[in-house]
Amino acid sequence: MRISCPYCGERDAEEFSIQGEAAGPRPEGGGIEAFHAYVHLRANEYGPTKEYWYHANGCRRWLVVSRDTRDHSILGVELARR
Amino acid sequence: MKLWEGLEQDLNYNTMVSQRGVVNLYHSDAQRDAYARRGNMMRIHGIDAELLDEAGIRKHAPFLDFDNARFPIRGGLLQKRGGTARHDAVVWGYARAADTRGVDIIQNCEVTGLIIEGGVIKGVETTRGTIRAKKVGLAVAGNSSRLGEMAGLRLPIETCILQAMVTEGIKPLIPGVITFGAGHFYISQSDKGGLVFGGDIDAYKSYAQRGNLPVIEDVCEGAMAVMPMLGRLRVLRQWAGNVDMTMDGSPIIDKTPVEGLYFNGGWCYGGFKATPASGFTFAHLIARDAPHKGAVALRLDRFATGHVVDENGQGAQANLH
Repeated sequence: MRISCPYCGERDAEEFSIQGEAAGPRPEGGGIEAFHAYVHLRANEYGPTKEYWYHANGCRRWLVVSRDTRDHSILGVELARR
Repeated sequence: MKLWEGLEQDLNYNTMVSQRGVVNLYHSDAQRDAYARRGNMMRIHGIDAELLDEAGIRKHAPFLDFDNARFPIRGGLLQKRGGTARHDAVVWGYARAADTRGVDIIQNCEVTGLIIEGGVIKGVETTRGTIRAKKVGLAVAGNSSRLGEMAGLRLPIETCILQAMVTEGIKPLIPGVITFGAGHFYISQSDKGGLVFGGDIDAYKSYAQRGNLPVIEDVCEGAMAVMPMLGRLRVLRQWAGNVDMTMDGSPIIDKTPVEGLYFNGGWCYGGFKATPASGFTFAHLIARDAPHKGAVALRLDRFATGHVVDENGQGAQANLH
């Protein structure tokens, strides 16, 4: 699996570490149910998914990687922004 | 374990259950204390466990590298009644025994939807027609979230891939199972002689049933660290299976918010060894509508209520364990 970092170009996935599903910002004031959903529940998509990856052995930027979980193909990469 | 011991007689099928022991190696005082605690906990619950020192491990498995610079082997925790079984034979045995006892097994038939009316399960839609039922059990390792979604459930599960490798067949070498937790590596020997080993999961979500090379490299480094002789062998084949990782590393056997729909899944990378107990407690849950006493803690809502099972002890995210 190779990921095209917007800064560094196409690099081996071994240079990156994964945080998990790009679930968006934490729910402020959403109550316990919203927090439970944010921390524990996952869409766990069969097909295209968005994830946070960290280019630890490169530019050390957080990325949002669109990836197909059926065949590991990378569909798109962009910088993570809040 | 007792269910495994009676399994072959029960199924009238040779599942090659081989109780030659499972040993977890330790390398430091802290790991020894942790394993002593684990062993004591097992014994309190009536399960065999024996803490071995270095001499004990040398007798049990003399071929290990005891003087590894980073992880010198100081001893290990041995469960003598643990061991291996032939996984194909377990599946075949269960299938034949279930068929003999009147269970219909329909092959090449995909579930395409669940029929739910007013919060109550009524049956399943499949590629070969509708099956009406008052109770439905979901036990679909590797696809729990996909089936859960059909019932409108968002589960505390991520599906990852776990790789394993088999070498060419050699004469009997490894007694039972040896785990080298510090190096993320385990190994056993099949009855055909091939050494079966593996280690970490690929930490990202995947349904691809094939892994990537970095994990293979990592597993082989673990192999060389604990058993340098493995470098002389050839790996014949390698594969990856989908594993449903829960957030605390323990499985879920529970009712769901849909009445009559039961869920058994999230076994992480440890499902096979629990096969008989998993089936037994799930059948109990479905038949009596109440959990078996051995599975009361494996609730679906334990993440919301904070009653997570601390068996794995590694945190509340699937990619941590």
